[in-house]
Amino acid sequence: MNNTEIVKQGLKKRYAREKRFQLYGKLAVLSGFVFLVILLFDITSKAWPAFSVTEILLEIPVDHESLGLSKDSEPNEEALSGINYAGLVKQAIRNVFPEVTKRQQKKLLYRLVSSGAEFEIKQMMGENTDLIGGEPVSVWVKADDDIDTYYKLETVTSRVKGEQVRFIEKLKAEGRIQTSFNIDFFTTSDSREPEQAGIRGALVGSFWTLLVTLLVSLPVGIAAAIYLEEFAPQNKITDFVEININNLAAVPSIVFGLLGLAVFISFFGLPRSAPLVGGLVLSLMTLPTIIISSRAAIKSVPPSLKEAALGLGASHMQTVFHHVLPQAMPGVLTGAIIGMAQALGETAPLLMIGMVAFIVDVPGGIFDSATVLPVQIFLWSDSPERAFTALTAATILVLLAFLTLMNALAIFLRNYFEKKR
Amino acid sequence: MQQGLTSEAGSVAGLNNFEATIGENLIDDAKISVRHADVFYGEKQAIFDTSLDIGRNQVIALIGPSGCGKSTFLRTLNRMNDTIADCRVSGSLTLDGEDIYDKKMDPVLLRARVGMVFQKPNPFPKSIYDNVAYGPRIHGLARSNAELDEIVITSLEKAGLFEEVKDRLTAPGTSLSGGQQQRLCIARTIAVSPEVILMDEPASALDPIATAIIEELIDELRENFTIAIVTHSMQQAARVSQRTAYFHLGHLVEVGETSRIFTNPRHQMTENYITGKFG
Ligand SMILES: Nc1ncnc2c1ncn2[C@@H]1O[C@H](COP(=O)(O)OP(=O)(O)O)[C@@H](O)[C@H]1O
Ligand SMILES: [Mg+2]
Repeated sequence: MNNTEIVKQGLKKRYAREKRFQLYGKLAVLSGFVFLVILLFDITSKAWPAFSVTEILLEIPVDHESLGLSKDSEPNEEALSGINYAGLVKQAIRNVFPEVTKRQQKKLLYRLVSSGAEFEIKQMMGENTDLIGGEPVSVWVKADDDIDTYYKLETVTSRVKGEQVRFIEKLKAEGRIQTSFNIDFFTTSDSREPEQAGIRGALVGSFWTLLVTLLVSLPVGIAAAIYLEEFAPQNKITDFVEININNLAAVPSIVFGLLGLAVFISFFGLPRSAPLVGGLVLSLMTLPTIIISSRAAIKSVPPSLKEAALGLGASHMQTVFHHVLPQAMPGVLTGAIIGMAQALGETAPLLMIGMVAFIVDVPGGIFDSATVLPVQIFLWSDSPERAFTALTAATILVLLAFLTLMNALAIFLRNYFEKKR
Repeated sequence: MQQGLTSEAGSVAGLNNFEATIGENLIDDAKISVRHADVFYGEKQAIFDTSLDIGRNQVIALIGPSGCGKSTFLRTLNRMNDTIADCRVSGSLTLDGEDIYDKKMDPVLLRARVGMVFQKPNPFPKSIYDNVAYGPRIHGLARSNAELDEIVITSLEKAGLFEEVKDRLTAPGTSLSGGQQQRLCIARTIAVSPEVILMDEPASALDPIATAIIEELIDELRENFTIAIVTHSMQQAARVSQRTAYFHLGHLVEVGETSRIFTNPRHQMTENYITGKFG
């Protein structure tokens, strides 16, 4: 046997091995992909009811008698706020169902609409006082969350009674019930009533928190990276700092929460539940990520570029800021965005500093009490009402959308800067 | 390669004689004077007791097998070695009589006076204009934009590049060909008006035509600048330089008029190198 034959014999085996390895690789990728699809499908299917809301058409009586106002005087604010709006809603419902007379049944009837309906009416009346004394006004008011769930999913639950089902059938027959896009999900804040709950407060809270995180961790991270990479003397202290930064990246995030509680809130007396403290805590967490990725980016700048600048008589500082940093920027920004994405999804440390409170107001700044998206998910996932399941899933979708957006931005920036180079 | 050298050493007389530099290493009215310079990288010595004068408005070629310390020697002249943490330089090095390694000598100012062109063309990832304008800008050499334009244009002209790029000064410097990039780097160095230009194998990454253009350019630049050029090409040394210094394993072996070195080398190792016996 000559060499060619020997090689030929082994060749088959070698190719088979390569094929098998490729197959394993493909299987691994496929299984990962399948899990991702299952996850997304599960979340989306749970989330879609949250994006629509069931509404019921009512004719709200607005004559003086029903409102309890006197015909002679112009309605002032005091008189307006004295109106029994809940009564108006109830009266309107009774008008749709004149046949219902028993007290027990009336109660069930009233539970068709959301408890938020009276506030909708109140707001409408406050904005349009000229309606007073006219014909009854047709208004689509939100249905109660149980009715909403029943109507959208058409599943019978123990929470919707037999009579209520008949009521709904009648509403349907009269064209008095519909679903529409749930804009309130994006424009309102947390609420005990799922049909009135939205993510605006959490979104704004996340925004303020991330703003603080970015403003603190980006400059500090870049400065630290530049110093360590370019200026720090190579000695034991520098080594020690380096090792600790790398270790810091591996510290469980809840520890940063405890640290934040002890340092920022107990020691410095910063407000609890505020985006300021949340942002500072998340900065501690993202700093190592930003420092490490920035250092890698700075290190990868070709030395020839630095030599060119130094050779022209640029100072070390000028070399770094005119040439090294711009070249390292894509890497730095990518690291920063990935750090921000991490911070956006972080929950545990924020629980420690009290950003877990039930907050109805949209935070107006970094000192207001606030919550953030992942914490909102955590809170809602804990609620018993069926409708909160959908809200939880919908919020997860929103969070995932933001994370995808941020990662896409990171990739885009990297490509953009690389092309510019 | 070095093994071959030592085996040869026994048979060729004077090969291990690093005692003293042969030839005219010292001259009158030198621009840069180096006396008894030693350079270390940590424990390792890269340059041994080297004394050499670099003449005003002359081109001196530094030749020798690779790893013999040519770049190291060149970089001591504008203190580029400062950036290497464990590099130490001792001895006396002066520029127009001023001690290059004196505490009062600012390396930033020194490098404005002693410019450098590198082996691989390394334009900044900026426009052609900004590449040349960078030096004058950081040193504040131009008082107005018109003055800066003037500096950029004359520098490009002196580097023989202006005609080729005058229509695209805003194009990135990296979009030029290798030879053009190297001339851009030379223009960038000239723009600061240095007194000395150090060139470390400036044409080794270029094709023969681009090399010929650079060589011609170096010959023209001699009028206004003092030039030290490292080259591994004997022909190049012969074409562009007036004096040639031959380094071997960190020792300056022989220095002399270029014509003399190439026709009548006195040291055996110099002869071996230029006749291609090793290198
Ligand atoms: N930054 C450095 N650190 C340690 N040793 C170096 C460094 N640069 C060069 N050397 C060593 O110094 C010697 C001379 O190198 P160099 O000056 O680059 O030679 P040449 O330019 O003649 O090829 C070589 O042995 C090389 O390994
Ligand atoms: Mg070299």
